[in-house]
Amino acid sequence: MSSTVVPTTRAFQRLDSGQLLLISVAGLLAVAGVVHTAAVGLVQPEFAIGFGALIAAGELARLTMPGNREVAPIGAAAALGYTLLLDVGTTEALHSPLQVVAVMAVGMAAGVLPHLAVGRPPQLDAMARRLLTGALLAFAYRPLADSLHGMTRGPDGSWTSVLGVMALLVMVTLTLDVLLAAVLRAEQVRAAFGVALRDEVRMAAPLGVAVGSSGILLALASHSMDMAALLVFAAPLLVTQVAFRKYAGIRATYLQTVRALSQVTEVAGYVEPGHSRRVSRLSVAVGRELGMAEPELLELEYAALMHDIGQLSLRDPIPGGATVLVDSAQARRIAELGAEVIRQTGVLDRVAEIVRRQCDPCIEMPPLPSRIIKAVNAYDDLVGASTDRDRAGASMERLRGGIGAEYDPDVVEALARVVDRLARY
Amino acid sequence: MAVLRGLPWPAKAYLVVVIGAAAGLFGHSVAGGRLAPLDWPTLLVLALLFLVCESMPTLLSVKRAAVSVSFSAALAAVVLVGPEGAALVGMTAALSVHPGLPPVKRLFNGAQFAVCGYVAGMVYQHLGGKTDVPDIAGFNDLILPYAGAAAVFVPLNFILIAFILILSGQADQVPLRGLAQFLVSYLGYATFGLLIAGLWATVNSISAVLVLIPLFVARWGFGQYLAQQRSYDATIAALCQAVETKDYYTRGHCTRVSLASGMIAEEIGMGPERLRAIRYAGMLHDVGKLGVPTKVLQKEGPLTEEEFAAIQLHPMRGLEIVRGIDFLDEAFAGIMHHHERQDGKGYPMGLAGDEIPEFARIIAVADAFDAMTSDRSYRNARSVEIATAELRKGAGTQFDPVMVGAFVKALDRDGWQPTRKVTPPPEDAAETTTKDHDDPTMPIQVVSER
Repeated sequence: MSSTVVPTTRAFQRLDSGQLLLISVAGLLAVAGVVHTAAVGLVQPEFAIGFGALIAAGELARLTMPGNREVAPIGAAAALGYTLLLDVGTTEALHSPLQVVAVMAVGMAAGVLPHLAVGRPPQLDAMARRLLTGALLAFAYRPLADSLHGMTRGPDGSWTSVLGVMALLVMVTLTLDVLLAAVLRAEQVRAAFGVALRDEVRMAAPLGVAVGSSGILLALASHSMDMAALLVFAAPLLVTQVAFRKYAGIRATYLQTVRALSQVTEVAGYVEPGHSRRVSRLSVAVGRELGMAEPELLELEYAALMHDIGQLSLRDPIPGGATVLVDSAQARRIAELGAEVIRQTGVLDRVAEIVRRQCDPCIEMPPLPSRIIKAVNAYDDLVGASTDRDRAGASMERLRGGIGAEYDPDVVEALARVVDRLARY
Repeated sequence: MAVLRGLPWPAKAYLVVVIGAAAGLFGHSVAGGRLAPLDWPTLLVLALLFLVCESMPTLLSVKRAAVSVSFSAALAAVVLVGPEGAALVGMTAALSVHPGLPPVKRLFNGAQFAVCGYVAGMVYQHLGGKTDVPDIAGFNDLILPYAGAAAVFVPLNFILIAFILILSGQADQVPLRGLAQFLVSYLGYATFGLLIAGLWATVNSISAVLVLIPLFVARWGFGQYLAQQRSYDATIAALCQAVETKDYYTRGHCTRVSLASGMIAEEIGMGPERLRAIRYAGMLHDVGKLGVPTKVLQKEGPLTEEEFAAIQLHPMRGLEIVRGIDFLDEAFAGIMHHHERQDGKGYPMGLAGDEIPEFARIIAVADAFDAMTSDRSYRNARSVEIATAELRKGAGTQFDPVMVGAFVKALDRDGWQPTRKVTPPPEDAAETTTKDHDDPTMPIQVVSER
């Protein structure tokens, strides 16, 4: 293979096999839906266009939640609403599941175009997941639509049981969506499935509930309010979306700020350039390998980024900044000073505790994140930015020598696996 | 009633008038027999909904003003049960769960909501709205009268509350600056009411639950956001202070510059987003100083050109550090250029006048002011008066006169918390510097090596 091909394959490799499968299935489905709809003609085009426009608007207003999760709550709710639609005013909705897929696909594509134009490509797997779960619900629900609609008609027609069916199917769909997300996540970041599932549920639950109820609301509202429902409905979910956008924004800024300010020790010459960042990356990978959940990983990341911040209180920089080479009393003092700085925030007490105990030997049973930082910090002090495999191997051996007394054996083994995996890519 | 006694008489009279008006409305409706034909079950559900929302005000970013979505229930009542019903629903605000709220305030709150509900109901009917559960065919005819009712309810509610705040001398507690944002979100919440009313025909009270769910999720999201925001502000302040621990005398400099920059920015009428950005920029403006070798900062006597160049580099170093953060670009410009001078003799780029970004012009003033009013190893802190005089003297050459003027005005109004007196640092503490590059009264002496 010639060398010019390498970048393309590299770029391709960033999509895992599961993601590729998902994207191709969703792509095929979208094509099938569009072709089918084009062949038989668009049923009730005004409904399709109204909901399609809202889907497009929702896709345009997509946001990225913590953990790089792309969501489009308004678009998802609009798609749900179109799927669940029984009637608009007094006209029964007659669209087929494939038309739902077509409307979703076209709406999403229209919403993505402006983003593409300014160079912000969507996360294909997130889009594919949205399309696929929407399609699953459509195939399950649309065949029932006619009989459900019958139940609401007539003098003793009632919406209660219809509401029950809608709620049940929406819940099943949301569960499937979360499962799918967890499978992808587990593969993407190499986390255990159970851990990934818990993380996904924690992230998806609040927004999922809002999207689900808004979707049902939209279908019901279209019954009593005609197409005006689309306009009126956009407002409540917009409030939710604004709240979550702000939340996601501050979470991102928070992490960026800690990352940025953790560099001050490097700028001031206390530690080698890139040390904090490397230790944090490696620590998070090791933590994930050991089955830590996302909130704990975030604390680990903060602690790893700031583990050397105590050095700012030192009179003179330690040569090369390598804390593994200084005497343990000095290292402990740095850890204490750093923990004191972090405790000043008043909110990161657990992070401060991790930093404070980062030099405690394993036999004193410090918390797991501290044990991880201790091992990873020692490894990075020995290896640095070098990519030399022999040096990495020798450093690993030195760490293994300290297993039991200094370092946690599980942590060292996890670190060895992570280092080995990184070396292969 | 202890609360009443503390109020000035116009406020008391106003309270009595509003509560009296509500009572009059109530009596008038009872006498006219207009309460009997009301749809009581619907009214009860709406009142309950109103009470739930009123008891859980959604916190918006407006400082200290709790925006409650309760009035979507009141507006739904306008459609479903008419002006009298809406007034009754509004009156239940007096019963809301606010521990420690004095009875007079409760009564006033209920009364003002009742008045708003009644007036909105009358507007609704005048614009041709029918008081009934809307049916499918009639929905589009509902929108215009409803919009009219909402448009009256929001400002009326605001005016009634603003009056009592002004009369009781608390007006500055609810900043009028955030008003636009406040009104937009309020009008957004109005649509919730339309949604509840519109869905009533289909699923009755379940509509209220369905509408409430996204609302509560939004509230939860806002809560999370605010918690993160607070946590973030505390963290950034602590980290900046950690950067300063190296120099005993400049401790707290970053938070004070952030505060002063915020004062100036607020004075010249910056919007909330830019205001937040300049506070962060002020906080972070000197992080690059860590890159300046300690021996340069500690050196007695004039600096060589090379050493001065190291000091001149610190804004760029700072920018390098914070560039990865998603701030407004203006914040970066503020950090990069906070040592530029109006006459173009500043650093790092020698920009002059309007070429200097607005953020940088603000930070320059705040920075110099704090340097002068803090203790240094070579002198004691100067008074605010001397420092402002010094700023005025530098206006036009070193500082932007507009920013200096705005700062002086803000200082006159709000005052300045003087820094704690620095006790001479203990011998083993982190080192102190003998130079302050921010201090305009002690310009750094540079000797030419040639």
